[in-house]
Amino acid sequence: MKDANARLSGTGLTLAYDKRTIAEDLDVAVPDGSFTVIVGPNACGKSTLLRALARILKPASGTVVLDGEPIAGWPAKKLARTLGLLPQSSIAPEGITVADLVSRGRYPHQGLLRQWSREDERVVTESMEATGVAALADRPVDELSGGQRQRVWIAMALAQQTPLLLLDEPTTYLDIAHQIEVLDLCARLHEEGRTVVAVLHDLNHAARYATHMIAMRDGAIVAEGGPDTVVTAELVEEVFRLPCRVIECPETGTPLVVPAARAARVAAGT
Amino acid sequence: MKPAGAKGAAGVKGAVIRTPNGMSLRFSPRAVAVAVLCLAVALGVGVLLIGSGDFPMGPADVVRTLLGNGTPADSLIVNEIRLPRAAAGLAVGAALGLAGAIFQSLTRNPLGSPDVLGFSQGAATGVLGVIVLTGGGSAAVAAGAAAGGLLTGAVVYAVAGRHGAHGQRLILVGIGVAAILTGVNGYLLTQAKITDAARAVLWLTGSLNGRDWADAAPVLAALAVLGPLVVVGCGRALRMLEMGDDAAHGLGVPIERARLIMLAAAVLLTSFAAAAAGPVSFVALTAPQLARRLTRAPGPNLLPSMCMGAALLVAADWAAQRAFTGHQLPVGVVTGLLGGGYLVWLLVTQRKTGRI
Ligand SMILES: Nc1ncnc2c1ncn2[C@@H]1O[C@H](COP(=O)(O)OP(=O)(O)OP(=O)(O)O)[C@@H](O)[C@H]1O
Ligand SMILES: [Mg+2]
Repeated sequence: MKDANARLSGTGLTLAYDKRTIAEDLDVAVPDGSFTVIVGPNACGKSTLLRALARILKPASGTVVLDGEPIAGWPAKKLARTLGLLPQSSIAPEGITVADLVSRGRYPHQGLLRQWSREDERVVTESMEATGVAALADRPVDELSGGQRQRVWIAMALAQQTPLLLLDEPTTYLDIAHQIEVLDLCARLHEEGRTVVAVLHDLNHAARYATHMIAMRDGAIVAEGGPDTVVTAELVEEVFRLPCRVIECPETGTPLVVPAARAARVAAGT
Repeated sequence: MKPAGAKGAAGVKGAVIRTPNGMSLRFSPRAVAVAVLCLAVALGVGVLLIGSGDFPMGPADVVRTLLGNGTPADSLIVNEIRLPRAAAGLAVGAALGLAGAIFQSLTRNPLGSPDVLGFSQGAATGVLGVIVLTGGGSAAVAAGAAAGGLLTGAVVYAVAGRHGAHGQRLILVGIGVAAILTGVNGYLLTQAKITDAARAVLWLTGSLNGRDWADAAPVLAALAVLGPLVVVGCGRALRMLEMGDDAAHGLGVPIERARLIMLAAAVLLTSFAAAAAGPVSFVALTAPQLARRLTRAPGPNLLPSMCMGAALLVAADWAAQRAFTGHQLPVGVVTGLLGGGYLVWLLVTQRKTGRI
């Protein structure tokens, strides 16, 4: 393990669906208080890793440890109050309104005799405001645009109020302004003290917002560390098989990936 | 106690009751109204049912007798002969409505009902086995139905797979199992003595004729135990499961356990209902959908579906008795006719909206 003090870490993880092994003997640690971004090509196992960290997928071998305890032994609701997950795809029940969906994020804080406290109400309102969906509160979720829907799901994860938040592609479907808005929101949550882990496809966004990055390929972690060490021309080519140049972002000074021109790539035979 | 308005500050639907010591209950007034209305209809038709027959009685007389103030003759007819039948009808309808709501929620599909998933057929196999092989009475029939239903449930669950025990896969496996069991049931019938076969066929159409307390007891008991367990204990978890396994899990629902408990409860409700009245078709399919249209609420709508099921079944039974004067139809014929029509309508409208 790389960081013995990490609240959330996995050691010797072998992840498999039935007989199909996706990752073998994987060690991963989410640095405390970090904004960790996982990048990697499609189907390399990012979602699978996130699902294992959230205990949705039971590792074939190895253990995930949260706060010093194997995650397998955590009671379900207690786990859901500590670690929140925004899955890559969820189903909005037919006809449900935005406010009702967001309010479901309060489930782990509720019980048979505590179904809807003032605290629940306050947190749901705040979560909708933070994601800019408060104006949509009464609208049915199935009538929203993809981007609006995505922000509603994020609001639900926020309403869960967990110190650790795992987000699987929170910016898909969003236009550039809303992508930045969601990432700003993640950054704010991170500044407020939460540990945020997100899967992102946009390397430039990852480099701009992450405090820690994990690059994956074929179920293995190829590189990890600060954006400066992970987002380099060599690593991007190794991980994504894409020749590119990495320059300094004129706005933030973080690495900026510029894919090589098509002519150059054709000439290089890739 | 302080009931909040119909809508909370967060724009969340429903009414909230809070006590000073921090307890809070949240419910949808519309869903409660639908449930109460359906229950009233069910009980009202139940009273009409008790009053009709070779010795007709007015509703007022029926109610007076039910409350223990009737003449001895009325009392005998009402409490010993007609009440068991009406009670069985109400309980069977409620059990089927509740089971249907659970199955439709678990499969996330309006077609997920015990008729389609093979559980009714499994219960039937158990019952036919008992009738044909042993000629046993009500208790044996109920045990046979429960065993047949549970066994079928176990097989479907095992074949669909732990992670596939939801959605399309459960439905497809169920359809296959249902087809096999229908064949088995046909074979069992051919092996029966002629008197047993007649009893079995009548049972197979779904009938409440001549039900006594011994027939009604198992389904009443199942409903009394499983009803509160499911509605109060698992309703909220079921609502979370509708958002997909990953989301429900992320919210702290122990998904495998919750699903197994719900499946088992629904299978048992279906089986005991079948033991009492035969595999009455389509009530489990239609009740949750009708309830949902009335409540206009997402989620499993467990309580409204249960009350709707009871209302549908006694109404169908009443219609079955009234359809041809002097000739009683089995209630399963009426629910089959109405439910079949509904199914066609469902397929047409859902195809238009691209849902199935
Ligand atoms: N439920 C499942 N059953 C079987 N195989 C699966 C399942 N989910 C994912 N896989 C397989 O596991 C591999 C890794 O998938 P995963 O979803 O983790 O990829 P990913 O890195 O998140 O990709 P993407 O960027 O497209 O979201 C893929 O080959 C995929 O086909
Ligand atoms: Mg993924």
